[in-house]
Amino acid sequence: MTSIGWVGLGLSLLLVGVAVALSLWERLGLERGILWAATRALVQLLAIGLLLQVLLEPDVSVWWGWLWVVVMVAIAAATVRRRAPMVPGIVGLAGLAFAGSAVVTLGVLFGFDVFELEIRTLIPLAGLMIGNSLAATVLVSRRLVAEFDEKREEVEARLALGQPAAAAAHPYVRESLRTALIPQIEQTKAVGLIALPGAMTGLILAGVDPIDAVQVQAAVMYLVLGSVATTTTVMALGIRRRLFTHDHRLLRVGGAARRAT
Amino acid sequence: MPEGGVTVLVGPSGSGKSTLLRCCNRLEAPDSGTVAFRGADVAGLDPLALRRRVGMVFQRPTPFAGTVRDNLLVAQPDLSEHAAELALGRVGLSGAFLGRDARALSGGEAQRVCLARTLVTTPEVVLMDEVTSSVDPAARFGLEGLARALAEVRVPVIWVTHDLEQMRRIADHVLVVVAGRIVHGGTSASLAADAPPEARQFLAGEAA
Repeated sequence: MTSIGWVGLGLSLLLVGVAVALSLWERLGLERGILWAATRALVQLLAIGLLLQVLLEPDVSVWWGWLWVVVMVAIAAATVRRRAPMVPGIVGLAGLAFAGSAVVTLGVLFGFDVFELEIRTLIPLAGLMIGNSLAATVLVSRRLVAEFDEKREEVEARLALGQPAAAAAHPYVRESLRTALIPQIEQTKAVGLIALPGAMTGLILAGVDPIDAVQVQAAVMYLVLGSVATTTTVMALGIRRRLFTHDHRLLRVGGAARRAT
Repeated sequence: MPEGGVTVLVGPSGSGKSTLLRCCNRLEAPDSGTVAFRGADVAGLDPLALRRRVGMVFQRPTPFAGTVRDNLLVAQPDLSEHAAELALGRVGLSGAFLGRDARALSGGEAQRVCLARTLVTTPEVVLMDEVTSSVDPAARFGLEGLARALAEVRVPVIWVTHDLEQMRRIADHVLVVVAGRIVHGGTSASLAADAPPEARQFLAGEAA
């Protein structure tokens, strides 16, 4: 196992120094930002590390790991609300999407014993799953609300032909899901060609055999792909339900209050 | 609301004509009061079945992605080629349009396709919400003619406009809507005679 120790960490801070020096030299005015970011990242990571150290003691119940997952889901849901505030009731919906996705994806990985269920595996995998689905969840929410706003007349024309809300909404739900999923698919295709992904890099640096590292990385990527697909789908279907009434009318949200009569 | 012919809802912009129309097929729910269709409160009817009995064409043409045929199939998935051609014939378009890209049509053609799409559901009434506001004059007269033709074959039309000239050209009956209320009604000939002040002001063109 590789360990860089406190001295190593201190020396790596020289690189922050380089960034600060460049900022000063080019008068970018970013020195304080760089220092704050570097300090904050270190403090956050140390806090997590200390917490993990406590949780990874042999006799700690795995339920503490699940509690951690719940907190991560809550924080992620709050983040989605901040970035897509135009969707009514989005916090509950995002929480449901992340929780549902966690059940499906972690259920597969632990259910089939791909990874052994313990805090050491649960927390990083849940973190990867939630962290990587966050952007796509925000994207699908914003896109879908915008679709229903811009194509309102088209959707209503479908409703006016007697189509139920689910059918009338389908072309637009489909479009926004494609928009949210395609970047993830592209990224999965490019992996290894452009950048070595994080989990694998970390394992190789820590001295793990590259093929073992690749196997873990591939499983992690499939986890991310699966979770992006499930969170965005739950999100899109949930938003659709919220934007239509039970009697198949399309509600107005966001900038949709323009049409007066 | 009269049972047959072309009934024109006329009134200044923002007076609530379109909202009233949208309450008729439950795209909108009234805050108070009820809308009855053939004696039954529409709030108690299945909205999807109601919307196939009460068809609607919108202010701007709303062609769906795909061909004209695809558009007609949205309204009736098992529509035969022959029935599709007949539907286009009813709106004055030839069968050659079936394979055309619906989004590449002119405004007037697209609006005709939207009407054909609505007619495929065999509605008992057709609501037309300022359907000529975004088409050129020739297409405007064409659509007015189609509304008259529907009334002739006993499909009543409820037509919303703020254009008094258009009202005079096509109306059998007129209802004047001002500030959310129907303030006056009659045939377009008798309209001016006994109009209350708020309707007279609009009909004189002051509030248009």
